[in-house]
Amino acid sequence: MGILRRNLTAYGFLCAALFCFTVFAWYPMVREFILSFQKTDLINPPTWVGLDNFKAAVQDPAFGEAWLNTVEFTLLALLCGYAVPFVVALVLNELRHARAYLRFVVYLPVMLPPIVAVLLFRWFYDPGPGLFNQVLDFLHLPPLAWLDSSSTALISLVLVSTWMNMGSATLIYLAALQNIAPELYEAAELDGAGIFKRIRHVTIPQTRLILLLMLMLQIVATMQVFIEPYMLTGGGPENATVSVAYLMYQFAFSQMNYGQAGALGMLLMLALLVFAAIQLRTTREDRA
Amino acid sequence: MIAVGARSATGRRRETKRSPKPIQVQFRTIVSPHQLNSKWGRRIYWLVLVAVIVTFTLAFVFPLYWMITGAMKTPEEIAQMPPTLVPADPTLGAFFEAWDLFDIGTLLANTAYYALGAWLFSMAVDVTAAYALSKLRPMFGNVILGAMLATLMIPPMVILIPLYVTIVDLGLLNNAWGLWFPAAANGFNIFLLKRFFDSIPRELIEAAQIDGAGPLRVLWSVVLPVSRPILGVVSIFTIVTAFKDFVLPLLVMTDSDKMTISVGLSQTAGAVTQNQVMGGLVIAGIPMIIVFFIFQRHIMAGLTAGSIKG
Repeated sequence: MGILRRNLTAYGFLCAALFCFTVFAWYPMVREFILSFQKTDLINPPTWVGLDNFKAAVQDPAFGEAWLNTVEFTLLALLCGYAVPFVVALVLNELRHARAYLRFVVYLPVMLPPIVAVLLFRWFYDPGPGLFNQVLDFLHLPPLAWLDSSSTALISLVLVSTWMNMGSATLIYLAALQNIAPELYEAAELDGAGIFKRIRHVTIPQTRLILLLMLMLQIVATMQVFIEPYMLTGGGPENATVSVAYLMYQFAFSQMNYGQAGALGMLLMLALLVFAAIQLRTTREDRA
Repeated sequence: MIAVGARSATGRRRETKRSPKPIQVQFRTIVSPHQLNSKWGRRIYWLVLVAVIVTFTLAFVFPLYWMITGAMKTPEEIAQMPPTLVPADPTLGAFFEAWDLFDIGTLLANTAYYALGAWLFSMAVDVTAAYALSKLRPMFGNVILGAMLATLMIPPMVILIPLYVTIVDLGLLNNAWGLWFPAAANGFNIFLLKRFFDSIPRELIEAAQIDGAGPLRVLWSVVLPVSRPILGVVSIFTIVTAFKDFVLPLLVMTDSDKMTISVGLSQTAGAVTQNQVMGGLVIAGIPMIIVFFIFQRHIMAGLTAGSIKG
């Protein structure tokens, strides 16, 4: 009787959460699967179409480009958003002055709503009076077309994205660096290791877990890039900045073809599950 | 701690003249204190420090300065080439114009309403769930927790379309619940809360039970008061996330009088002058900057609590 009562109370406490998760997290996952095999515009009743949505999504003229752009964006964002914060954290950890100020300042853009950062940079990228071209002009360098040229548009998106997101990565690395035992550095120094050898043989092995976790988290996060192309370029010029998530949004809300959007979402999920699985494995290995 | 700045007697006379202060070392890092306080070490250190401060200020503060002063310029001055570093005739006009044009009062009130509602509702839902999973330990509790954590593996953009379709089916378009329900289904909050509740000693709860307290009473009078730190962290993050959220409100709140500030700005930014856009952005940015000023330490603590698992 005690067990039954305890379970009933427990489920009483759980029921609100179970409702929210069932309807707004677990069911949408199932719904994605169902949706990808249906043709639906949310007005007429849905019809089953088998693999047609997947075919239509793959045959879309922007499909290949969207994946290429997303991978390219992710690689560039990793270069700027993964490696740079680690170096910045290494330097910050060595500094004894102005630590609070530097930590505060680097995290400031993270607190801004993304739309503020994106619209601010849209103004900076303005080919005429935009700040960036004015600075180039001041340095006697030729102006760039930034968002208007297919050769610079993608990197322009990466710049905004890095500016507004690198604060959290930097602080997470900084926390990991501060957990390294000083004795390890002393021992390495006694063994005659120089500064770069200390980084290679002490710092990096000691922060391996967090480095791997952040790598996977950042891949998954950047592969979903949406707001930057949505607000800054609309996917242009000539599809140079269409991302998979943006193409999915277009399928659903420009073409009113939710099934096709669902199919593309399934493909993106499959691609990202690989990284999620790697992440799970590495954390398990590290614990063992 | 390691003693630094110990100096030979011969060097002392010079020191009184120039007195190069040794750099304080609280804890050992990659560069050793001796290297740091050597002649060249000290020079390089100050060079790097100044370079980092200048770079960081230029990279992270200057854009905000440019945004604020941009809003204080006239439409002619803001379009002028080359731009002026300081507004020639600073005016607050753009802020008031932006306030009226974007209807920022309504947008801010909407955003605050959604964010506070999301906070209250998800705290109520997630705290009770974490309490049940941690202290009441029902059958299949671990399965439920696992299924909740599994949702963290699913990227939000991927689930966006079916979530939107579900919200449409339930008739929750332009309804605050369309944002509050999904916000409460947050596996990460439950994970953080449960982990903290697990660390509350059994004796504390058993003592309350002996005094005749039921489960709700134990939660309210024992668990919640000792859980203040984690409740603070989860609260701040829930509010900040709700305030910054863009994509889901973009889809769910389509009526112009129901929009959040982010969505409202994105819709009207192309139709007004640049200084008015900047005015709007400053107003949209201020609330979270204030929150950051007040809760800085909690936010930094929460960031690391959230990242280092296990």
